[in-house]
Parts: sequence; C-alpha cells; structure tokens
Amino acid sequence: MTLEYDGWIMVIGVLAAACCAVPGSWLVVRGMGMMGDAISHAVLPGIAIGFLVSGSRSGGWMFVGAAVSGILAAVLTQLVHRWGRVERGAAMGLVFTAFFSLGLLLIVQTADSVDLDANCVLYGAIELAPLDTFALGGLEVPRIVVPLVIVLALNVLASAIFYKEILATSFDPELATAQGFAAKWVHYGLMVLTAATCVACFEAVGSIITVALLVAPAATALLLTRSMKWVIVWSIVLGAIAAVSGHLAAITVPGWIVGGGLDTSSAGMMAVAASVLFLSAAIVSPGRGVLARRWRARRDGQRIAIEDVLGLLFRLEERALSTDQDAVENMLRSDVRIGPKRLSGVLGRIRRGLLARVEEGKWALTEAGRSEARGLVRAHRLWETYLAGRANIPSSHLHSAAERLEHVSDPGIAKDLAAAVGDQDEDPHGRPIP
Amino acid sequence: MEASTRPEGIARGEEHDPTAALSIHDLTVAYDRRPVLWDVDLDVPAGCLSAIVGPNGAGKSTLIKACLDLLPRVSGDVRMFGLPWRQVRNRVAYVPQRETVDWDFPVSALDVVAMGTYGRLGWLRPVGKKQKRAAMEALERVDLVEYAHRQISQLSGGQQQRVFLARALVQDADLYLMDEPFASVDAATERAIVEVLQTLRAEGSTLVVVHHDLQTVAEYFEHVILLNMRVVASGPMDSTLTADNLRDTYGGRLTLLEKAATALGQLAQPK
Repeated sequence: MTLEYDGWIMVIGVLAAACCAVPGSWLVVRGMGMMGDAISHAVLPGIAIGFLVSGSRSGGWMFVGAAVSGILAAVLTQLVHRWGRVERGAAMGLVFTAFFSLGLLLIVQTADSVDLDANCVLYGAIELAPLDTFALGGLEVPRIVVPLVIVLALNVLASAIFYKEILATSFDPELATAQGFAAKWVHYGLMVLTAATCVACFEAVGSIITVALLVAPAATALLLTRSMKWVIVWSIVLGAIAAVSGHLAAITVPGWIVGGGLDTSSAGMMAVAASVLFLSAAIVSPGRGVLARRWRARRDGQRIAIEDVLGLLFRLEERALSTDQDAVENMLRSDVRIGPKRLSGVLGRIRRGLLARVEEGKWALTEAGRSEARGLVRAHRLWETYLAGRANIPSSHLHSAAERLEHVSDPGIAKDLAAAVGDQDEDPHGRPIP
Repeated sequence: MEASTRPEGIARGEEHDPTAALSIHDLTVAYDRRPVLWDVDLDVPAGCLSAIVGPNGAGKSTLIKACLDLLPRVSGDVRMFGLPWRQVRNRVAYVPQRETVDWDFPVSALDVVAMGTYGRLGWLRPVGKKQKRAAMEALERVDLVEYAHRQISQLSGGQQQRVFLARALVQDADLYLMDEPFASVDAATERAIVEVLQTLRAEGSTLVVVHHDLQTVAEYFEHVILLNMRVVASGPMDSTLTADNLRDTYGGRLTLLEKAATALGQLAQPK
C-alpha cells in the first residue's frame, strides 16, 4: 500500500522478533525450546478470560490472565510428570493441548459478543495492526506497538539485571540452588516472561509464529557464537532480519510466482525467513557449519596425503632405493589414503609447495621437504618404539597405529615422546630414529 | 570396627558433635517413598580428607545432595561446623558429577569458574574484576589458564573436571563436598586433582569426596565412609577399611533391605 504502512508492519515485526529473542535464547540454551511452544499455546485461556473480564485488548488483564495460565501450565506439566509418571515431553503435550483447546473453546463460544476471533489468535493480524493507531506527538502510532515495547523493555531489563542468576540456574541448577539461587523460582520467572512475550506477540504474529520467533533465532545464534551474551544479541539481530526480510518477501515473492499483486501472510513469511536463516547458518557457520566441517576434513585429508608422499620418498632415499617417477607414482596409486584419483592433485601441491621435485625422471625431496619428512618419520618410529615398549602392542600392529598417530604429532608431543622413549635410537624394526 | 557401628537397640546420642565439619544424624532419604538412605549417622572430623565409598546405587550422591537440601529428607538433621546448612552456605563448596551439566552451554571455562563466586555475591550484584581475578587464580591452581577463554565444549573430559574443581576452589570454602571428581579422567589429571585436594586439606579445609576406586582410596584419603543404603562403617582409614566391612558394603547381605525398600515404595497408603 504505502511506505508508511509497510514500514509499520516491519517495525511491529522487528519488535515482536526482538521481544521473543530474549526469553527464546534462555529457553533454547536450557534445552527447553519446547516449553516456549507449550507456553505460547497455554496462555490462550488466560488471554480469553482476561479479554472477557476487561472487554478490551489493550488492558493489562490479558497479561495477568496469560501469566497465570502460563505458570499454571508449567506447574501442571511438572505435576503430571511427577505424579502421573509420564515422561516430561508427553506431560507437556498433555497439558498444553488441554489449555489450548480450552482457550479455543472460550474464544469460539464468546466470539459473537466480543471482538476476538480464533484466526487472529492463531495467525495474528499484522496486516491490520498499522490501521489501529493513536496519536503520539503528531505521529500516528499503531496501538500494538505499546505492549511490544513494554514487554521488550521488560525482557531486556530482566535479562540484564538477573543475568548472573539466570545463567547460573541454566548451566548448573543444583549448584545454583546450593548457592542460594533457587532454580525453581528463576524457572517460573522465566515462564512469566515467556507468557508475557506470547501475549504481546500473539496479536501481531499469532501464537504459532511466536514459537518460531522464540526458537529459530536463538538456535541460529548458537551456531554463530559461543558466548551467552552474544547469543542474546545475535538472536535479536537475526530476529529483526527475519522480520524485515519476511515482510519484504511476503509482498514481493507471490508476485513473481503468481503474477499480479497478491500478498501472502507477512507473519508466515517471517517464520519462513527465520528458518532460512537457521538453515544458512547451519551450512555456512564458520565454526560449526556443514561447509566449514567439510572444508576442514578436506584440508586434513590433503595434508595427510602430502605427508604420506613425503614419508614414502624419505624412506626410499634412506634405503637408497629407486625414486623413479613411474615407480613412485605406482606405489602411491595403490595407497588407500591417496588412490589414483587424488594422486595428481597431491603431487601438484607438493611441487608447488617446493617440497619435492622431479629431476631427470626421478623424485627428489627438497631441503624443506626432507626436513618435514624427517619429522614425520621420526614421529612414526618414536610412536612404534613407545607403543611396543609401553602399550604391549604386537609388532605386526605397530605400523598401522603409528601411521595414524604420526599425523597428529606436533613438536610438543614429539618432544614428550622422545623423553618417554629415552635414548633408544632404533625403532622395533631396527630402523634408525632420525 | 570403631565407634560409629552401634550395637542394635542402644539409643543413639541426640547431640551433634559441634567440632565436626559434617555431622549427620538419623538421615533418611526416599525417592517416591522408596528409601535410598536409611538412618544415616556419621561425623566427619574437621580438617580431614574423607572418602565416601560404596557400590552403584548405594546412595553416595544422594547423601551429598540431601546434605545440601537439594533432595527432600524423610527425616534427619545435618550440621556443618555445628550449624544448619543455610547458615554455612558460603563456607561449603559443592562439586557435582560432570555429566549433570550440558557442556555445549555457551560459556567459557572462566565463566564457569566465576560461577563459584556467585554465592558470596548474592542476588543482583554482578561479577566484577575482583571475581574475575579470583577465577583466573583458581584456573591457575588447576593449570588451565591458557584455556580460560575456551568454550567448555572444546575442553577434554579431564579439563572439564578441573574446571569444576576450580569453580569449587574459587569459593574458598571450609568444607568441600565432591561427587566423583576422578570419574573418567586420565592418570595425570587424577594426580593433579589429588594434589589440589591435599593442598586444600593442608590449608585446614575438610573434604568429603565420593570415590569409586577401591585401589586408591587408602592412598588418597585418611578417613572413609562405607555406604550401602546405610552407613556400614565410618572412621579412620586403617581401622575402617577392613575386609569385613568391605564385604558388608559390597556383599549380598542387603537383598532383604532392598526388597523391603521396594515394598515400601509400593505401599498404597499415604506416607
């Protein structure tokens, strides 16, 4: 419609996402992401009753009702788990669906008399939100912004003031309790915050999408950082990105596909964007992403292959055997860790790295290559000596064990090994330790 | 056998030994009415290195947790330095088993050790420079300074165990309750941990340590509590760690008691 209209939708989305990101981060690191799901559904009867009591959506009654029913659901889950001897996830499933359906019944039953309908609760009405405004210093501000700002401030303040307490009870609830920080009360405090967040957000994005905003940005942040403070910061940033890109996608993407100015649900697209962000992080995260792990595995594989070649050349030179180009390459072709496919790549790397070169049809190590190869063969023979002497490994198995260990022996380990082996200068096969 | 094994039917003293670092009187703990610890009575003298030894399911962890009010008691009274637990909270450090926490949690080794200072800080006061410095010093004592800023999932099992030890050290306590600090650590780490424990004792602290290795218990500790749902014996190592007592602790004599406990758990009537 207009820049102002779309702008407000994005502001509301960003506020909702930021609001969810804070308690969401805590829930996810506590391994309680499902609790966010449970609470977001369990607040429904509280919202309905609060709405019935006050007759409006703006009053504080809805928040009180939601907090009460959220806590009630959390306590009941615990009781069902303990007394019913039901596994925790199943207990949660029992309680929150019961609460949710009770809430739906209440809303449907009273739908004729009050202005609150099930669709709005489930899917939100972010497209309508910018139309219901109030004047604030000459600016028409959507009413929904007020509860979102208040709850966001509440979440940020509570996390900042009680950071230490929430952190301690999340990481080690027993020690924290022993230190005087009752984990139980921090848990319920967090449930209250989550419930308040769900109420503030349900009108904007609906109770189902709220779950996505609670869990997805936090799970994504955990792939990007290893510090709790940054998990919270990143969750807020990622949530905001999801909200903005979600709305932009909602007003453009259907146009590309269907043709014509057909919008889709902005809230739905925000959740989709949050999932896309998670998927991207899971693939490209520098520390934990699939690509980074692949790349590390490849790099290690290449290094080991190069080291194997250098080791072979060193041993051939040591015994004054032929390093004839064809013979060497034939031997390497049958090496399990190199094989015919990777051979030319590995040899190319060795040449470019000036570790060895071909002279008159024979392979020859360079000075740098020889020194590296000597270190490897030394580690290999030290390991064989050590394993034979200390670990009682039969001599037929020594070679394969040392073959694996030599590639992970940095100079520090090699020094410790040499000290452990003592002044032996031959390995168990009678070859000199270089 | 020494003082703590009472002949049946003789009334036990109601008084706690006020000089004991840990004094447990008539402690019974049950899970869902099924008793796991019966009538535990014991005193750990101040300034000694004491081991809790017993088979799996003997209630060793339960005993420590019940002392710290982490589990409800059916009956019993626990005193530390003659005082109830709530009054000595900050003089007591607890090292839980390593598996009880999530080591993927986004905190560094330093963060975890600094958590040891939270108790003294109390509610709302944030961790400051002083606490960070204390945490660094504790990491130094367990030889982990260079790993201070690593996220805890990047540490080996032995290093994680030492992080837990450092978190207890930073509490600068008079009584340390440790649950299996030697579980799945390598020999070098085990020696390093033992050295720290002995230093603490030399500084006047009391340590009560759940230990699973009968081979080393006499070497590392001077006082022992033999536990199997009840205290079989407790006292100085030499006179307590006898073949008879070990047979009573690990032998099959308790099947009757266990059957009774199961039956108690199944009783339909209220507690």
